[in-house]
Amino acid sequence: MTLISAVNLEKTYQAGEVIVKALDGVSFEIEPSSFVSFVGPSGSGKTTLLNLIGCLDKPTSGELRIADTEVLSLNRRESALFRGSNIGFIFQDFNLIPVLTVYENIEYPLLMVLTTSVEERKKRVLELLEIVGMKDQRDKYPDQISGGQKQRAAVARALVTNPKLVLADEPTANLDKHTAYMVIELMKKMRDDFKTTFIFSTHDPKVVGEAEIIYTLDDGTIINKAIKAGKKHD
Amino acid sequence: MINLFKIAIRNLMRYKRRTLLTASLITIGVVFVLVFVSVSGSFKNMMIGQITDSVIGHIQLHRKGYVASIENLPLTMNMKANSVKRLEKIISDEPQIEAFSPRIKFGGMFSNFAETTNIRLNGVYPEKEFATVPLLPSRITKGEKSLNLGEIIIPELLANGMNAKIGDTVVIVATNQNGSVNGKQFKVSGILESVSGPGGRDGYIHLEDAVELLRMEEIEISEIAVRLKNFDKLDIVTSKLEELISKELNKNDKPMFEVHPWKKLSPFYHISRMIDLLTFFIKIMLIAIVLISIMNVMIMAVYERIREIGTLSAIGTLPSRILSMFVIEGFCLGFIGGVIGDIIGIVIVFIINMAKIKFDFGMQKGLTLVASIHQGDLLAISATVIIVSVIASLQPALKASRMNPIEALRHV
Repeated sequence: MTLISAVNLEKTYQAGEVIVKALDGVSFEIEPSSFVSFVGPSGSGKTTLLNLIGCLDKPTSGELRIADTEVLSLNRRESALFRGSNIGFIFQDFNLIPVLTVYENIEYPLLMVLTTSVEERKKRVLELLEIVGMKDQRDKYPDQISGGQKQRAAVARALVTNPKLVLADEPTANLDKHTAYMVIELMKKMRDDFKTTFIFSTHDPKVVGEAEIIYTLDDGTIINKAIKAGKKHD
Repeated sequence: MINLFKIAIRNLMRYKRRTLLTASLITIGVVFVLVFVSVSGSFKNMMIGQITDSVIGHIQLHRKGYVASIENLPLTMNMKANSVKRLEKIISDEPQIEAFSPRIKFGGMFSNFAETTNIRLNGVYPEKEFATVPLLPSRITKGEKSLNLGEIIIPELLANGMNAKIGDTVVIVATNQNGSVNGKQFKVSGILESVSGPGGRDGYIHLEDAVELLRMEEIEISEIAVRLKNFDKLDIVTSKLEELISKELNKNDKPMFEVHPWKKLSPFYHISRMIDLLTFFIKIMLIAIVLISIMNVMIMAVYERIREIGTLSAIGTLPSRILSMFVIEGFCLGFIGGVIGDIIGIVIVFIINMAKIKFDFGMQKGLTLVASIHQGDLLAISATVIIVSVIASLQPALKASRMNPIEALRHV
């Protein structure tokens, strides 16, 4: 069963008088529990594609189906609900809510996006804090922890709703090499433990090597798809 | 909802100085309005109370046209005995009326056998007059707080000017409606403190003395002063009396009598309207302060948290919830400013009352400023501040909730 099916996606922007084609006929399919990377130079269309998959933006033309839902027909509110239930996000700058503790940041989607019971919420947040190794930092605010810890908390927040898909735009760009590997390993472990599909974009060739399926983008088109040997859930 | 409040309060605490400044501005506005409303409102109520309870009464009934020429105190426009009886029947049958007092008002000459001056007098039945204007006895600063036949209560200014004292014998000379002059001796039984407004410097004699002095063949009444059980029902009772007495017609089938509430008789009513208008403008200023300060701070809050809004939106927070977050922030700011303003306002009013500040108004000297805050004013001002705070935060909150998550996340 395919998790994501994109057919001939096109996205054009109007930049002043110039029309920029960010995506030009992109088609792909991604299976559940995949660990996928979109790579390419700046301006190749990686972020635009992740925004479309994340239901944050709509293509100029094409078809996009995620978890059996025609996401292009969703309105603003339905898109938000769909994202809350099916998609987790990890950001380059971590984007934790500064007024919430680590615990509260992870709890936020269960509390404010989904309506989960207190017991279930507590159980799930503690479980993820344990998995990402942040239990002892639970009461700290984002400005009291390191970049790597922030990203681990962000991974936990992305996974707390048990989404089918986690999107990460340059998740290791603001981390040192060691921490970047740790975060990638953590994402892989999460994929293994929760069968969640991870899609991330990156510039870093070493991080790219960790992906099991690599789509290379250039000038808004997919120019290459590489499947790493030993991919677990193909 | 509790979590939304928690986030809102933490966001307010995040920018402590800004929150403190905005809340302080609202607090100062609330304190200012509260103190003004309590002082001006109390002053207004005190003056109205004094005018109605010591001189005018709540309502007066006259023969039609009397009030138009009241400055002359025309005896020719008095009400005849049978008319008065009919009016007294109407008044007695009205359950909202507590008391009434018929008066003969006239002008005369006051002589202490050495000097002579003008005086305006009310001929009254003391027990009826004291029941209708219960503060009248408290205005008698010297002498007995009563009035018997052959006695006169004279206004303070006249007593000072004519060097009249309690127990002195004086002569009142008056012209009756036929133009003949008559005089009568009186004993000064009381000296009356002056108050602002019409009749505030009149003297009082017994109604039967007035009848004798004016050589009336039968009692003729200039006005009937009425006191209501509940002052708040003034307009209702006035309308009812107007309707009832409109049936009393003269020979030309025109209404014989007219009803005047105190508002139409005392110029202080216009001052009280001015006070109301000032209060209204001060409230408008408060609304403007709250509106501008909250809107300003919320616009800044939204601008500074664009990426945060993008994150919240991306992870699935509904636009309505993002809207609520910012509206609640505005609500909390207004609530904090309002409540602190209420507390400080109450303390200041308490201090004003403790200080027993004196002031003069017209001929009245040494009035004590008694400020009082009504629960209704407190609630109304607090509710206004909170509602305006919510309205002021709506526009920035709407902007935040409608923000495109991609653009918001891209914001530096």
